[in-house]
Amino acid sequence: MTKSELIERIASKQKQLTAKDVELAVKGILETMSQVLADGGRIEIRGFGSFSLHYRVPRIGRNPKTGEPVALSGKHVPHFKPGKELRDRVNAGMQNES
Amino acid sequence: MTDGALTKADMAERLFEELGLNKREAKEVVEQFFEEIRASLETNEQVKLSGFGNFDLRDKKERPGRNPKTGEEIPINARRVVTFRPGQKLKARVEGYAGSEE
Repeated sequence: MTKSELIERIASKQKQLTAKDVELAVKGILETMSQVLADGGRIEIRGFGSFSLHYRVPRIGRNPKTGEPVALSGKHVPHFKPGKELRDRVNAGMQNES
Repeated sequence: MTDGALTKADMAERLFEELGLNKREAKEVVEQFFEEIRASLETNEQVKLSGFGNFDLRDKKERPGRNPKTGEEIPINARRVVTFRPGQKLKARVEGYAGSEE
């Protein structure tokens, strides 16, 4: 499912909001989430999961073409931990396939 | 958001303030956003949100495990798990965060 399919699926179930409103809402939610993470914050959605930042220590990398060492500074990367309901539903989805 | 982690209520509040959705509509669309993603993943369908990231599914085989307390061997059942791969744009936005190095 892509972002535009997500928008369509929500819009098809929405009685009040227009497809345009749903599009703006989905984009707004994603922008808010991105901004919170960019500011070093956490996101906690019960039954879905939590997003946070993990720190990667500085290290010496290599230019894959030349093999030359390159100093890489420490950085933060986004991390997602699925919540219980999401884990259980995804796993039940697999059990139901067989 | 006041303090602590961003929640669904905070997201709905922003949609109310920034898009002028009424509070009930805002709350409902935030709920639907996460529910449609769960429903997609539940049917083994990957979710690709460009600019943000992808939610992928991975099937894990059964493997031997241990009860850490008793040391007893118990198999860990085959299962399906969700992984999140942040997109380039999100990674670039987060990389420069200069906060605590935890």
